[in-house]
Amino acid sequence: MSTTVVKTGTEGKTWGGGNEPLKASYGKMMMWFFIVSDALTFSGFLAAYGFSRFKFSQSWPIADDVFTHVPFLHGQELPMIYVAFMTFILIMSSVTMVLAVDAGHHMNKAKVTLYMFLTVIGGVIFLSSQAWEWSTFIKGDYGAVGTHGGNIIHFVDTDGNRVALKDFATAEASARERHESKKGIWFTSETSLPSFTFNEVVKGFEANPNLLVQTTYSDENGKKIILSRSKSLNELKTKGKNVVEGANLIQNEYGPPLFADFFFFITGFHGFHVSIGVMLNIIVFFNVIVGTYERRGSYEMVEKVGLYWHFVDLVWVFVFTFFYLV
Amino acid sequence: MADAHNLEIFRGLVKFKSNTQKIWGVLILLTIVTAVEVVLGIYKPGILMGNVLGMSILNWIFIILTIVKAYYITWDFMHMRDETAAFRRMAIWTGVFLISYLIFILLQEGDYIGDVFANGFVKQDF
Repeated sequence: MSTTVVKTGTEGKTWGGGNEPLKASYGKMMMWFFIVSDALTFSGFLAAYGFSRFKFSQSWPIADDVFTHVPFLHGQELPMIYVAFMTFILIMSSVTMVLAVDAGHHMNKAKVTLYMFLTVIGGVIFLSSQAWEWSTFIKGDYGAVGTHGGNIIHFVDTDGNRVALKDFATAEASARERHESKKGIWFTSETSLPSFTFNEVVKGFEANPNLLVQTTYSDENGKKIILSRSKSLNELKTKGKNVVEGANLIQNEYGPPLFADFFFFITGFHGFHVSIGVMLNIIVFFNVIVGTYERRGSYEMVEKVGLYWHFVDLVWVFVFTFFYLV
Repeated sequence: MADAHNLEIFRGLVKFKSNTQKIWGVLILLTIVTAVEVVLGIYKPGILMGNVLGMSILNWIFIILTIVKAYYITWDFMHMRDETAAFRRMAIWTGVFLISYLIFILLQEGDYIGDVFANGFVKQDF
């Protein structure tokens, strides 16, 4: 018996050490605890989003009016279709991940390789879809007028269909040029100017008698209120301030600035998680190929990375509900 | 490990023969739930727009369906069904308790501030 190791004589008893009461390895448990804490981070964001929504419940944009685009189908209003596709891609890649874990339990290297590869592909498709979604959101659609109070005014025709600024604004000769740091005071510059000035929009609005103003406020049925022609003119002239096209962190054409802020922040944070997940999946994929886990005799690493990947899917399920459905 | 899977869902109503089959079964379930959500989200049937507990019935349906999806992702994809009960409770109850608390507090506060904006003497439409 060694002189340096003291044995308690209680090995094998409940409190003697060496027990695994939860029957899970250290790594897997720590991955779960990380997931719990990360879930709390995400719920912090989503709860803050909910807070702002309840605070601005009357002026919050309707998701179906914002996310209506599908790639390659220009000019068609197809709310939800594309996000549903993204959700399906992510669930699908979750499935291939679970199949990889299952194949790992059977020590089937070829199948783990195949399923890990498909999982990575799914993640990449999701990320590119999200990039497209962002660029569409940033570019904007119809354009709007911002008011002094920070609200947004939309334009509709008499049938209630949205009308884009470029379809009615009267172009005028304008001396206003974008200020860049190289052209004048070197320490200031500004972002690109909107395609129309506020005056051009007002002129175009006066010239088209069939245009109406859609305010940012919802009625009791959840539809945005449309004003009569005379009230529309009054609303635009007294409250209007500037032209808003697309979205950034300061102003967006869809509704309150916080809407775009939360959109960028929460889907961005989720997208960041997905890209980390794709990276981990690629590392594990190559480890599988070179046979690291085969030699180790256990594919548990696939399972741990799988947990993270499913968590990313789980978060997306909630983001999908709260950004696009509710 | 490979044989330790619990292959029943719906409290034993549906039993799968193998783990792989269960995975595909859960995928079908998740797809159906998502499809229902999307169809409801596109058509927004007027009958579901009534207000219950501060939100429309439709929104409640969406949230419940989301929790259903979250349950099956956690239980079957993340293998929570196969973990020991103590481990499961450690992860799930902690999260559920803290998240419900946070959501309750923040939504309550947001609703109150929304009321102040609507009924108080704060002018924001100018």
